[in-house]
Amino acid sequence: MANSRTNRHDYVRYAIKRLIQGVITVWLIATATFFAMHNVPGDPLLDEKAVSPEIRKNLQAKYGLDRPLLEQYGIYLANMIGGDFGISYAQENRSVNDIIREHFPVSAILGILSIVFAGLGGILFGALTAINRNRLPDIVIMFLVILGISVPSFVFAALGQMTLVNVNALLGTSILPVAGWGTVSHMIMPSLILGLGTMAFLTRLMRSSMLEIDNADYLRTAISKGLPPTRIFLRHQLRNAILPVITVLGPSIAAITTGGFVVELVFAIPGLGRYFVQAVQQSDYTVIMGTTVFYGAFLVLMVIVVDLLYGLVDPRVRLD
Amino acid sequence: MEVTFSFERTTAISRTEVTTRPSLSYWQDAWRRFKVNPRSLISLYIVATLGLFTLVGPWVWTIDPTLQDLDQISVPPGADRRARVVGPHVRWEVDETNNAIPQTLSATQLAVIGEATTQAVRLAWNPVVGASGYRVYRGIAEPASPDALGLPLIDIVNAKLTRFEDRLDLKSRTYFYSVIALSSAGFELGYATLDVEVTRVITANEAIARGLSERRGPSLIGETVYLDLHPLGTDYLGRDMLARLMHGARVSLFIGIVAPFLYVFVGILYGSIAGFAAGRWDQLMMRFADFVVALPFLLFMILFKIVFNTEPGESGISAMLLAMILLSWPATARLVRGQILQIREEAYIGASRLLGAGSMYLILRHMIPNTMGVILVTLTFAVPGAIFTEAFLSFIGMGVAPPNPSWGSMCNEGIKTMLTAPHELVFPAVFISLTVLVFNLLGDGLRDALDTRMRSAN
Repeated sequence: MANSRTNRHDYVRYAIKRLIQGVITVWLIATATFFAMHNVPGDPLLDEKAVSPEIRKNLQAKYGLDRPLLEQYGIYLANMIGGDFGISYAQENRSVNDIIREHFPVSAILGILSIVFAGLGGILFGALTAINRNRLPDIVIMFLVILGISVPSFVFAALGQMTLVNVNALLGTSILPVAGWGTVSHMIMPSLILGLGTMAFLTRLMRSSMLEIDNADYLRTAISKGLPPTRIFLRHQLRNAILPVITVLGPSIAAITTGGFVVELVFAIPGLGRYFVQAVQQSDYTVIMGTTVFYGAFLVLMVIVVDLLYGLVDPRVRLD
Repeated sequence: MEVTFSFERTTAISRTEVTTRPSLSYWQDAWRRFKVNPRSLISLYIVATLGLFTLVGPWVWTIDPTLQDLDQISVPPGADRRARVVGPHVRWEVDETNNAIPQTLSATQLAVIGEATTQAVRLAWNPVVGASGYRVYRGIAEPASPDALGLPLIDIVNAKLTRFEDRLDLKSRTYFYSVIALSSAGFELGYATLDVEVTRVITANEAIARGLSERRGPSLIGETVYLDLHPLGTDYLGRDMLARLMHGARVSLFIGIVAPFLYVFVGILYGSIAGFAAGRWDQLMMRFADFVVALPFLLFMILFKIVFNTEPGESGISAMLLAMILLSWPATARLVRGQILQIREEAYIGASRLLGAGSMYLILRHMIPNTMGVILVTLTFAVPGAIFTEAFLSFIGMGVAPPNPSWGSMCNEGIKTMLTAPHELVFPAVFISLTVLVFNLLGDGLRDALDTRMRSAN
């Protein structure tokens, strides 16, 4: 009993430590973003239109650009802590907060669906290959896995869209929409495409992790005890093999987030990723800064959540 | 009976069985292990072929990748290249008294006057009763409804003018011309559609100027010449795909190979310094590396790309390299530091030191050769990552500036025309995927051959 209490105590301490580390990391990301964007050549107020020096001065005063750099940095940090990311340069009357609030849920739904698809597919196919080691299913799936790791997500997106167009044209009806967002049928193809690369990666990981525990003592014990094979597979093999897959979920979320930029672009999905790419193409600096810090904070949070989850699922993990 | 034995000296030399073979160096042994894996060998050959394609290719196929062949736009590989030579374009003079329109046509029918060529398509129609003007459309597919007739070419406000000559960017294909009759109030009185098969022609002067025919002079008219050959077709601006793929390979492979070399080098320096320094400096340096690792990679790639892209005329390759080095070194630094810390404690280092070896000798003779295998494997696996990054950035328009082709930007351009001309997307996509695949397989093979400890990792 005492042991479990110290464990719980350790866990809370570990969680607090990770959260503090996360806050520091987000602060560093915000700082790096600020100073990087400050060094971008050019002047946001220097448009093609000639602006008189008086107007320029007023504008600079409005945006605080006439203050010393460190003071600007202070204002920026204060605003960010208050949750204010500023106003878009390219789109009038739209704050970065509005853009994130409006478009992030779309990206989140797409991302969650892809993660679920990639996770389930990866575990299923990984287990399938490990059971059929060096037989036909293993060879076929592992070939597809290498293909899935080697083909960029935008190629998958384009091929997926091309296939949909052709299939729809062939059948004469629209079985799945080619682009856009709104209904469940819009979500299927993009999330499948987005999850494909991660699924390939997870399949490989699951396979090697299944093979690694093949020689484990507890497995031999279970077999010699005469447990039914399905029980051995579900309780001993699968449960232990899934653990390493959970650890890479954090980095996988990062990969799916950035992969989402491209998939959203190709499938014309109004998510934050597409918005970010458009902001980059239009040099909409406040949106770039805001979304970078937002995405950075989101990814850091996800990694912490996954780590904490892992500590919860696997009591053997060392908390330090 | 007496038997005499004569003992002679035997010539046979007793041989002891030879059980040793020449000792192999680390690299010979690695090469022997590498060779037995057919997958790695095949990928090595493909890498060599890609290298030849990139380096020698542009000397063999000398077409300029930025040159536009306007007669062959978005042409798939193996397309018909024939063109008939004609004279220069002549104005369409219509004799009003002897109108060329066949009088048998009904009021809403269209006719082609003369031959429809890429030089000009001449349309004529009978006047529609009550019409005060006409509007001409050109579509590339059979119009499904009166609302989708294609590209509007002209609004004719003269009811008497019932002809139109189309010279706008004609291609050798079938067009669907539609004419709408408009009432004075602007209402549509009905329309007629005609499908026109356009044949490709080229003027004699141009054929000579482009060197398409050996012969000269007006006698050329009526002959058939062949337009320039494009083995892999052309893109949406009529540029040769093969030449663009070769030059794009230079950009993509340059970034894909040089960037890992540079950041792995930076990582080796940083990691070995940290590993040697140990203690507080090591802690501090690794904390900084942890911070860089925590930066979201592609977001900061984009950010740094914006920051470093100073000159508008620059290709953007150096900016991409710099950004990649700044963000990617920590992984190698961590690896090398770990290796150095581990090797420092090995018995053979102690033995060597006991024999009087200096620090420099230890680094050069023992530490670097022993980390070389791991570094080489890291390097090979870093190539696909760098190629992916370049392709991703070019795809979202943040990569290499046009008109320099790169495989990623070619995909970006190809995706816009993927339904009508899929080859523009498929070729660069296949090259990216093949290169990444081959380097992945090569990395697997190298890992198995070089480092026995890493073998079970995947």
